[in-house]
Amino acid sequence: MYPKDLKYDREHEWVRIDGDVATIGISHFAQDQLGEVVYVDLPKAGDPINAGDTFGEVESVKSVSELYSPVSGEIVEVNDALDDAPETVNAEPYGDGWMIKVMLSDPAEVDGMMDADGYEAFLAEEA
Amino acid sequence: MTEGTRQTPLYEEHVALGARMVDFAGWQMPVQYAGIIEEHNAVRSDVGIFDVSHMGEFRFFGTGAKPALQRIITNDLDKIDEVGSALYTMMCDDDGGIIDDLIVYHSGDAEYLIVANASNRETDWDWITSHLPDGVEAVDESDRTALIAVQGPHALSVVRELAEEGWVAPQRFELAEATLGGIGVLAARTGYTGEDGVELFCHEAQAVAVWRMLLSFPEVTPCGLGARDTLRLEMGYPLYGSDMDRGVDPVSAGLGWVVPKAKTGFIGAEAIARVREAGPENKLVGLTVSEGVPRHGYTVLHGSDAVGKVASGTFSPTLGHGIATAYVPVALAAEGTELTIEVRRKVVPAVVTRPPFVKDTSLSATRS
Repeated sequence: MYPKDLKYDREHEWVRIDGDVATIGISHFAQDQLGEVVYVDLPKAGDPINAGDTFGEVESVKSVSELYSPVSGEIVEVNDALDDAPETVNAEPYGDGWMIKVMLSDPAEVDGMMDADGYEAFLAEEA
Repeated sequence: MTEGTRQTPLYEEHVALGARMVDFAGWQMPVQYAGIIEEHNAVRSDVGIFDVSHMGEFRFFGTGAKPALQRIITNDLDKIDEVGSALYTMMCDDDGGIIDDLIVYHSGDAEYLIVANASNRETDWDWITSHLPDGVEAVDESDRTALIAVQGPHALSVVRELAEEGWVAPQRFELAEATLGGIGVLAARTGYTGEDGVELFCHEAQAVAVWRMLLSFPEVTPCGLGARDTLRLEMGYPLYGSDMDRGVDPVSAGLGWVVPKAKTGFIGAEAIARVREAGPENKLVGLTVSEGVPRHGYTVLHGSDAVGKVASGTFSPTLGHGIATAYVPVALAAEGTELTIEVRRKVVPAVVTRPPFVKDTSLSATRS
């Protein structure tokens, strides 16, 4: 449920690093807590983003959750397919349910994030 | 008992079915099992069952029961003179403020059963019993009564299969005894989803058996409070605490129909008559939203003026967009009026829509 090749933050986002680009989505835990996702509101490609900034929100039937970027840089791609199929976030939170890609301005920010084991321990503590 | 620790007789069943449990009015209740949308759709197309055992059941006996309750509720018990019929009503304070919305069943000769919201159980009991004259016997049966709502276009056929041969289902807003698999229940043709169905009252000790019997049908889906809320809002049914409370009178809440104009002498009558005569300032309306999900407390705007707050709001699984109710000034309450709602960082268009938002349900079929 928590792939080992990803990094996680306390707001339940994950990042996957590919060169200088970080792909960002929400964790299995986050999508499960939200329930069926009905809208995903995302920014535009080209926007700058700072670590800790909100970059959008996910709506489920019962609740809404802000999305926080764990990294800084420029948003280079946005998953527009979620407009028509927001439920992908539930079905494939680490695959087609990704949200944005950010060209990293400070790759060291990722080092401060949790690995899968650390994130699972964090979830156990939160529960 | 501390907050959030009360459990219905079906608590273990919910946990075993993998329900997500939440604290609701001090009760541990299932918000969802498989998912709200799936459960919602099951009720619209097939059958869903809900544990609503947390609601209150009060019985009143004696020849004085009718006049005493007539003074307490807004609707008219003369409408349910026949034993076995039911009535939706408000119960108001002297200022016309809504204490709760209730269903009153004429459950026997000189006997009435009142079903109250879980969140108001104690308040209602105290209010009603403090207004009863001597000679009316009142019994709080809430703790020993379980209540299971069976809702959906095929709800009646499931109950019929379980019932004894020749069982005749009650008509809409009527009550009938039934024996389901050897267990005696009271079946009320009422509901809160816009679908046909019954609510089954049984002794708490038999709740698990009834619940399991219903679930043995493949077409029956267990449903949580999440789906109950989306279903009732699609019908525009008000929810106590969101759409109404002590701060609002029935006329403003669009519930003037449960306060018969000819009825006088009940608590709140004068205040409600004054509102009726002057006309309410604000009115509860339905709103359709194409973008985002409106939720309780969001600001409703007309131009740049804040004119109200969202009372109830959700995503409608049947329609695929947001729906809401809100109190707005009467001048802005006409159907088709264009307003906006502040959905967090965005202002989205909203159109005043007359509920029900979803029209062709199995309940509307039974009405025609």
